Amino acid sequence: MYLIRGGDNAGLSAEDMQVHMQKWMAWMESLGKKGIFVAGEPLDFTGKQVSGKNKTVTDGPFLEAKEMVGGYLIILANDIQEAVEISKGCPVFEMNGKLEIRPIQKMNL
Amino acid sequence: MNGTTLPTPDSPDLNQTLDHLFRHEAGKMVAVLTRLFGFPNMQQAEDIVQDTILKALESWKYGKMPENPQAWLYYTAKNKVIDLIRRQQVRHKIEHELSFLLTSEYSLVPTINEIFTENEIRDSQLRMMFACCHPSFSKESQIALTLNTLCGLNVREIADAFLTSEETIRKRMYRTKEKLRSEKITLDYPGVEAMAERMEAVLKTLYLLFNEGYHSSHPEKLIREDLCAEAMRLTLLLTENRKTDLPYASALLALMCFQSSRFNARIDDQGLIILLKDQDRTQWNRQLIAKGNQYLNLAASGEMLHEYHIEAAIASIHANSVDYGDTDWKLILQLYNLLLEKVYNPVVALNRCLVIGETDGYASAIIELQKMEGMEENRLYNTSLGEMHLKNGEKIIARTYFEKALSRTLSAAERKLINAKISLCN
Repeated sequence: MYLIRGGDNAGLSAEDMQVHMQKWMAWMESLGKKGIFVAGEPLDFTGKQVSGKNKTVTDGPFLEAKEMVGGYLIILANDIQEAVEISKGCPVFEMNGKLEIRPIQKMNL
Repeated sequence: MNGTTLPTPDSPDLNQTLDHLFRHEAGKMVAVLTRLFGFPNMQQAEDIVQDTILKALESWKYGKMPENPQAWLYYTAKNKVIDLIRRQQVRHKIEHELSFLLTSEYSLVPTINEIFTENEIRDSQLRMMFACCHPSFSKESQIALTLNTLCGLNVREIADAFLTSEETIRKRMYRTKEKLRSEKITLDYPGVEAMAERMEAVLKTLYLLFNEGYHSSHPEKLIREDLCAEAMRLTLLLTENRKTDLPYASALLALMCFQSSRFNARIDDQGLIILLKDQDRTQWNRQLIAKGNQYLNLAASGEMLHEYHIEAAIASIHANSVDYGDTDWKLILQLYNLLLEKVYNPVVALNRCLVIGETDGYASAIIELQKMEGMEENRLYNTSLGEMHLKNGEKIIARTYFEKALSRTLSAAERKLINAKISLCN
């Protein structure tokens, strides 16, 4: 699973954003064509947080936009190295973003 | 949905608005929201639009585009506005005929929906166009403001287009926006009396914007093409509205169609300028020429003969001639004489002399050119004299003029052209 964080969008023009989006579209399409795309969704920047024994409810993650998880992708990879290599094509890096790679645990009985 | 679309030089079939969806929709939304918030609060409108586009980027990039991207953008922007108004953050800033409709929940949402309908969006863009061309701004500021607010270009992109620094454009925009606040410029149509004068200003801005794209030496063809396309898109908008559909607006649009039909034929693969005489006419965009003819017909009404009529007529003769020899130079000369009678312009006068070369011979053209005063240092003047002497078989004299022109030329494409001419003088 790729957890994709932020990226610095400040000062981008409408056209820059369009160009950036087209790169994303192309990358997503390439994952689909290779047959390794499983799922992926953007996450809204609002939300609630429930924490602790008291189940305290607070508003939102309220992190800075560049620290926030903006979306996730699930892809098929043989091992973590391969997942790392695949992730390098992600356009989020052009915006100085971060991508966290976490294998989904297999529950072997 | 977007009314008529004009074919573009490179992609006659493709609707360019799809290529630049974010940019064009940004321009539309800024116009709509500025109309709502008032010109002095344009920043607020720009912030909402920036947020909306950013949200689209974040939501769509995972591979799921909405079926109707435009509607998605408007829906998102509307919700942001309604939210702001409900939270009382902007209502105090809104001072016009709409403001009372925004105070009640009964009319708030319908009012916001209404300003985002196709007709109202066009109306807002036109109002914005007139406001950007307000007489208290310099021509340069008018162009920069138009590109910024109506075409969705940011400071860096405008600086790129004019080959100047971001700092220069930033300062210019800052001063313009200050003035906009201090002069309390509103987004209203000028009254009947002021209309003609403001229409002149709007068309002049679009004419200059087009020329900047068409004649500039900008190394990037795409940027130049964009400027031309934007100028044409906005001129088209003027011709589609009853209030602004004046014959000379159609004439200007016709002129732009004819000129852009040659966009690809007048520069070769190495960026070398190809003169009209040597252009491959099969490369001219027939669809644009047909559009040009259509708008020139529409322009032929009313009493007033505007410069744009004459310029379009000249361009139409070139566009509709089978080849260089077939061109009706006598008629073109008459049109040039007419144009110069209306307003004297040294470049037009220079072109007229070249036409005389075709009607009365190159020696006559040289005599006419030598009658012009104060042009000795001008590169176009020297190139023209060189060209006429070269055609007249006087290679040595021609060479001196070309060399003089070369020392006054900065653009790489023009330098190449002049160097090629010099090599013909040996």
